[in-house]
Amino acid sequence: MADPLLTLSGVHTHIGPYHILQGVDLVVPRGGVSVLLGRNGAGKSTTLRTIMGLLKPSAGEIRFDGNSIGGTPTPAISRAGIAYVPENMGIFSDLTVGENMQLAATQGPFDPTRLSWIKELFPPIATFWDKAAGTLSGGQKQMLAVARAIIEPRRLILIDEPSKGLAPAIISAMTRALGELKETDTTILLVEQNFAMASALGDTVSVMDDGRVVHAGAMAELAGDAGMQERLMGLSLEVHQ
Amino acid sequence: MSETAIRPKLVASSAGDRLRKAAPLLLAPVMALAGLIAIADPATWLTLTVAGLAMGLMIFIMASGLTVVFGLMDVINFGHGAFVSVGAFVGFTVLAWLTGWTENPAVMMNLAAVFLAILASMAVTGVLGLAFERVIVAPVYGHHLKQILVTMGGLIVAQQLIHVVWGPDAIHVARPQTLRGSVIVFDAVIEKYRLFAVAIGLVLFLGMRHVLKSTKVGLLVRAGVENGEMVEALGYRIRRLFLVVFMVGSALAGLGGVMWGLYNETITAHMGSELMVLVFIVVIIGGLGSIEGCFIGALLVGLLSNYMTFLAPKVALVSTIALMVGVLMWRPEGLYPVVKAK
Repeated sequence: MADPLLTLSGVHTHIGPYHILQGVDLVVPRGGVSVLLGRNGAGKSTTLRTIMGLLKPSAGEIRFDGNSIGGTPTPAISRAGIAYVPENMGIFSDLTVGENMQLAATQGPFDPTRLSWIKELFPPIATFWDKAAGTLSGGQKQMLAVARAIIEPRRLILIDEPSKGLAPAIISAMTRALGELKETDTTILLVEQNFAMASALGDTVSVMDDGRVVHAGAMAELAGDAGMQERLMGLSLEVHQ
Repeated sequence: MSETAIRPKLVASSAGDRLRKAAPLLLAPVMALAGLIAIADPATWLTLTVAGLAMGLMIFIMASGLTVVFGLMDVINFGHGAFVSVGAFVGFTVLAWLTGWTENPAVMMNLAAVFLAILASMAVTGVLGLAFERVIVAPVYGHHLKQILVTMGGLIVAQQLIHVVWGPDAIHVARPQTLRGSVIVFDAVIEKYRLFAVAIGLVLFLGMRHVLKSTKVGLLVRAGVENGEMVEALGYRIRRLFLVVFMVGSALAGLGGVMWGLYNETITAHMGSELMVLVFIVVIIGGLGSIEGCFIGALLVGLLSNYMTFLAPKVALVSTIALMVGVLMWRPEGLYPVVKAK
């Protein structure tokens, strides 16, 4: 694979006494959606938090566009062009939707064309612009979280389980929105447990188990091979029962 | 997405929810009304109410920095009182140098002396706050017990340094001429200085509200109080923001020290630590990290202290503690708890 946007090589991360990531090797190619699958506790969210600098890797190397970013402070990683949508969405409940968006626009005033596109992509952003973000529903908050991540052009967007806790209709809407975002050549690293959503969006897939990547390949290959799905995802469940 | 999107709708909050949210705003007027009924004499009530508002707003000035520091970085700063004391001593020193101005009958010269004293006090305590954060607080982020111990230690060191620089005795400085004496309003005797303190406190509160609600720095502070990690993930250096907030909070404590010193016309090295009891009560009543809650809590404490001192002096000593207990039984996290993302 030539010139990937992001590579993790042998990354280890500890949280307190717990050794969570145990040598993660991950390659995210430029453009498209790379999906990170795995059971609960496999280390997917920790991988994203480590890439974002919210957790310091204890060993290994993280390279973004050729530059090492392991151990770099989070604000510098963000300003290098990586946006992050955490599992808990990270919405500022006390601030209005507009203020949430304003904080995400770090390079100056909104680009009107981009803002219009986002409002079209996520209609609740326009409808509730002046409302406190804490009053939005779970799905609307997720839309705001993604909208905030794309209010300015980013080179890589890390999204952690955008379907979690959402109604099926909202998941479908979110899938379509992320599909539209994918068409803009934005690179997305998506952590997802909803396989339908993951397979609809993903170009490549990595499967994690016990703090390591145990499979990497094309999403089409995994989506079309029930045996491989069973072996990769079912195996994990059996081992940890 | 738009053609198949779920139609956006926002469930309107119920009347009960709105009342619950607005209820703390009614507390100070209700307390003032209860005071009027209990005191029965409108002139006395007006005197005590203005005194209570002045006291409350001076405490608010000192408490506002502390509550934002706690909300933003989860730091319990027991050394905050040091800035109150140092601010008072610096301010009084400047006023002592400007005796010619303070004893002059010209209003502008009197006010200029006070504002110079305030400026010097805020500058010194702001810089002191920077050093305090770098040397004492920074090594103990995330460790509450250590924070309590080292900031208490910092407070003791600061008090002893005041003894070294200004001596161990209390210092007395008369207010500038313009701020001495009283005015009669509706048969009520109201000290001019209390009106001055109310004006300064209100201007400061409105200024802080404006900064917090209408500027990018204010947005960052409010967002940082709720979820500092996400603010960093958006590309902002929250450590730098915190340092600025810590300095501003320390400078406000210094301002509070000057105001309180002028109120009593006497200052001691221990005045800051003595005032911290009231300041912590106000911060807890308001909800840790909440400026609005801190403002309401300060007004309640100021009004209640003055009413109770008049009505039942023996009970006055415990009235503010009782108020805190009552508020916490009603709202265990304070009047306006700040939402914290975990």
